[in-house]
Amino acid sequence: MKMNTSIRRLSVFAMILFGALMAQLTYIQGFRAEAIMDSPLNRRQYTERLTEQRGPIEIAGESVAFSEDVSGEDESARYQRVYTGGSLYTPIIGSFRPFGASGIEATHNALLDGSDERLAVRNFRDMITGREPEGARVQLTVDPAVQQAAFDGMRAGGHTGAAVAIDPQTGAVLATVSNPSYDPNDVVSITDTQTAVTNFVNMENDASQPLLNRAFNERYPPGSTFKLVTAAAAIEYLDATPDSEQDAPDVLSLGVDLPNATPGGTCDDDGDGLDTLAHSIQISCNTSMANWAIDIGGDNLSEQATAFGFNSPEDDPLEVPMGVTPSLAPAEQDRNTLGRTGIGQGNVEATPLQMAMVAAGIANGGEVMYPYLVDTVMDADLSVVTETQPEVYSEAVSASTAEMLTEMMVLVTTSPGGSGTNAAISGMEVAGKTGTAETGSDLGTHNWFIGFAPADDPQIAVAVVIEHGGGSGGSLAAPIARQMMEAVVL
Amino acid sequence: MSTDTTEAPTALPPIKRRNAELVLILLAVVLTMTALALSGLNLNGRVPSAMWTYGLIFAAMSLAMHVALRFIAPYADPLILPCALFLNGIGVAMIWRLDAADSGEIEHAGVGMQLIWAAVGMGLAIALLFFLREPRVLQRYTYLSALVAIILIALPMIPGLGISVYGARRWIGFGPFSVQPSEFAKIALVIFLSSYLVTKRQVLSLAAKEIKVGRFKIFDLPRPRDFMPMVVGWVVAIGLLVITKDLGTSLLLFGTFLGMLYVATQRSSWVAIGLTVFLLAATLAMQIFWHFQQRVDIWFNAFDQEVYDRVGGSGQLVDGQIAMAYGGMFGTGLGGGQAHNIFAADSDFILVSLAEELGLTGLMAILVVFFILVERAMRIALASKELFIKMLASGIGFVMCFQVFVVLGGITRIIPLTGMTTPFLAAGGSALMASWLMIGLLLRMSDNARRPAPQAIQDEGATQVISR
Repeated sequence: MKMNTSIRRLSVFAMILFGALMAQLTYIQGFRAEAIMDSPLNRRQYTERLTEQRGPIEIAGESVAFSEDVSGEDESARYQRVYTGGSLYTPIIGSFRPFGASGIEATHNALLDGSDERLAVRNFRDMITGREPEGARVQLTVDPAVQQAAFDGMRAGGHTGAAVAIDPQTGAVLATVSNPSYDPNDVVSITDTQTAVTNFVNMENDASQPLLNRAFNERYPPGSTFKLVTAAAAIEYLDATPDSEQDAPDVLSLGVDLPNATPGGTCDDDGDGLDTLAHSIQISCNTSMANWAIDIGGDNLSEQATAFGFNSPEDDPLEVPMGVTPSLAPAEQDRNTLGRTGIGQGNVEATPLQMAMVAAGIANGGEVMYPYLVDTVMDADLSVVTETQPEVYSEAVSASTAEMLTEMMVLVTTSPGGSGTNAAISGMEVAGKTGTAETGSDLGTHNWFIGFAPADDPQIAVAVVIEHGGGSGGSLAAPIARQMMEAVVL
Repeated sequence: MSTDTTEAPTALPPIKRRNAELVLILLAVVLTMTALALSGLNLNGRVPSAMWTYGLIFAAMSLAMHVALRFIAPYADPLILPCALFLNGIGVAMIWRLDAADSGEIEHAGVGMQLIWAAVGMGLAIALLFFLREPRVLQRYTYLSALVAIILIALPMIPGLGISVYGARRWIGFGPFSVQPSEFAKIALVIFLSSYLVTKRQVLSLAAKEIKVGRFKIFDLPRPRDFMPMVVGWVVAIGLLVITKDLGTSLLLFGTFLGMLYVATQRSSWVAIGLTVFLLAATLAMQIFWHFQQRVDIWFNAFDQEVYDRVGGSGQLVDGQIAMAYGGMFGTGLGGGQAHNIFAADSDFILVSLAEELGLTGLMAILVVFFILVERAMRIALASKELFIKMLASGIGFVMCFQVFVVLGGITRIIPLTGMTTPFLAAGGSALMASWLMIGLLLRMSDNARRPAPQAIQDEGATQVISR
C-alpha cells in the first residue's frame, strides 16, 4: 500500500477532529447557550444586576423594596436591594438575590429592571437624552395594617400557617402572610454574597420550609370551612333554605364511623334526629353536612367547588401574579368518601387563598373576583404603564344563595352556640366559618377560620389556617382573623 | 525487500500564484486592523491609535514575508502564509483587546511582546527557507533530533530549572523569560519520527503476524521485537505524564507519534495497540494521582457547585462555557464581551475569548482557516516525492490539527481540560516561534514539491542549423 493512502486517511481523521470540534461548539453556543446562561454558576447575571437601577416596589405609597447605590466615590454605581419591611412582606414581594428571585421581584422582573418592551419608548428616550435608565415602580394592593395584624397574630402564637385577606368587591389582595418566613435582606447582600448564598441554601434545606409561600402554594384539608361550599350546593342544587332539615345522627357510618365534633357530640337541639342547615353551619355539625353532600351528589358538589375556584386546570393556573397551586375537590362517586368531602375531609385540599376566595365570593353576592396583588405599574416619570381592572372570576352562586349563606355565617360568630365567636367584632355583624381538619397524622389538626366583615357591607374577606395547631378553628384562627378584619372595618 | 525512499507524487501544478497570495495577505492585514479598530470602538467609542501602530507594524512584517517568499521560495503554496498571518493577526488584535480591558486604560494596552515574538518567528521561518534548501538533509540527523526532543521534553523536569504552574511543569525559567520547551520538542519529534519510521517502515508494516478467525483476517499483530519503538514512545509519554503532570503535552506528543506511525506503516493495529496501552496507563495514573482525578472530576462534574468552588476546580472551565454561551451565534462583538475575567483569557483560553466576541460564526471561520492550513500540509505530503518529506509534512499538519483539538476539545469538554496553547493565536513566544518554524518547513517543502523539474537539454527542440 502506498504512503499516500495513509496520508489521505490521516487527513480524513483530521477532518473528523475538526468536525467534532465544530459540532460540539454548535451544541454549546447554539443549543445549550440558554441553559448554560441559566446556570446558578453564571456570575454574570449577577454583575449585570449590580449596575441596574431597579425600580421600587411600593405598598400604600411607601417603598418596601428599593435599590440603593452603595458604591464608593469614583466607582461605577452598584445597587444593593433593600427591604424596609424585613420579613413582613416576604411572601408577596419575595427577594431579588444574586442567583435568583422570587415573588413580585421575579414575576415583575422585566418591568422592575426596565427591560420590558412596554418601557421601550421610555428607554429609547433615556438613551437619546443620556439619562440613566430606571426601572418601573410596582404598586401593590396590600393594606399594611391588615398585613401587620396577620403577621403579628401568626408570630405571637408562634404558629406555622398562613393568612390571606381579599377585598371581596374587587379581588385586590390586602394581606398575605406565611409563617415561618425570612428576612430578604439576609439573602441579597452584594457585598457579602457568600453569606447571602449560604443563608439561602440553609433555608432551602430547612425542614420548616421558610421559603414556601403557604398562602398560595400549600394545600390543606379545609375541614369544616368547606361546609359552606356544601351548603351553597344544597341551596343551588336542592333548593334548600337555612330552615331545611337533614338527618343528624350522633354518629354516621361512612365505612368508618363519623362522629360529631360539637359539644356533647350531638347537633340535634330538639330530639327529632333532624337539624336545620343554619344550625348545622352555626355549630359545625358533621353528620348532617355529610348527609347533605350525599344528597347533592359528587358531580354537583365538585361543580360547586369549581365555581368557587377549585380544580383550576394545571395548564391555566390562577396567577396573582405568582402562580397559585390549584385546590382540589374531585367528583366523588363513593358514598362514604362523598360524605367526608361534604365536611372538607377526604380528598378535598385547598390553599388558604382559595378559602379566602370562597368567603369573598359569598361576601360579594356570589361573584368571585379574580384575586390580584399588583395595582399599578408606573415608569420613573410616574406615568402609568399598566393598571389592573377588577375582573369577575366566576359566578359561584346566585345573590339570594349568597344572602342565605351570609345569614348562616353570621350565626357562627354569634352566641350562644356559634363555633367562631372569637371572631366577633362589637358593633357589627361578622360572617364566618370555623374549621378543624383531621390530618391523618399525630401532628394535630389544622385550624381554620374564613369570613368577612361587616356582614351587611363586606369590606374584607379573610382566611387563616394554623398548620397542625391541634386546637380548634374558633380558638386559634378566629382571633387572628378578627384582628385582620378590625384593621379595615374599625 | 526493496527499500525505496520515493513514491510517485500526486503532482501539484508548477504555478506560483504569488499575486493571489498578496491579495489574501492584504485581506488578513485588513481584518487584523479592522479587529483592532472595532475593539477600540466598542471599548471607548474611538478608533484606537493601536490600529495604526500595531496594525502597520504587522502589515510591514506580513509584506516582508511575502517579498521574501517571492525570492527564496517562489513556488511555495500561496495559501499557507495568508492563513498563518490571519491567525497571528487575529491573535494579536485579541490580545491587545484583552490587555486593554485588564489595564483599564486603552492607551496603555500593549501587544508589543507578541508582535516581537511574531517577528522573531517569521525571521526564523525566512532563515530556515534560505538556509535549508533541501529539507531531506534533516533525515541524516535521526538520532540527534531524537536526543533534542528528549532533552527538550525533559528540561522542565530538572529541579531548579523547571517551573510548575497550576500543577503542570511545562515551563523552564531563563531570568525574566520562561520558555515552554515542549513547543519545540514537538518539531524535533516530528523530524525524528519521519526519518526513523521511513527506514523502519518496511519491517514494521510487513513483518506481522495475522490473527484470523476462520478465513477472515481480523488483526495484524506486529512481531514482539518490533515493539521496541512503540515501547519507547509509550514510556516517554507516560513518564512525561507522571513527572510533569502535563496531560496535554503527553497527549499531543503520543497522538502525533501514533498518527505518524500509521502513515508510515498503514497498520491500524499499531494505532489500536498504542491507544489501548495509553488509555490503560492514563486510567491507572488517574487511580494513583490526585491531580488526574481532579482533572476527570472537573471534566464530568464541571457544573457541580462543589467542584466549581474548589481551588483549582472547574471555575475556569465553567466560566469559559458561560462566555461561549453569551457569545451565541454571532458574538458580542470585539470588545463587547467579558471573557477577560477568565483565567488565561489571552493564552490557553483565547479561543473562548474569540468564541464570545465573534460568536459561533467567527470561531467556525477560525477553525476553517486552521483546517485549510492542516489540509495544505497534507497536500504537500501527497505532492512530495520523497517519503521522508511526506512524513514530515503530514506530521506537521497533524501536530497542528491535534494541538487545536486538545485545546478546544478541552474547553468544550470533549476531552479533559489540559493546559495548552493554541497555535498562532495564544500569547506566548515559544508557541509562536514554534508555529512559524513549522510554517517555514511547510513553505520550503511546498516550494520544492511544486517547482518544475529542470528541463533536460535534449527536450529543448529540434537540431538547429548553426551555419549555412
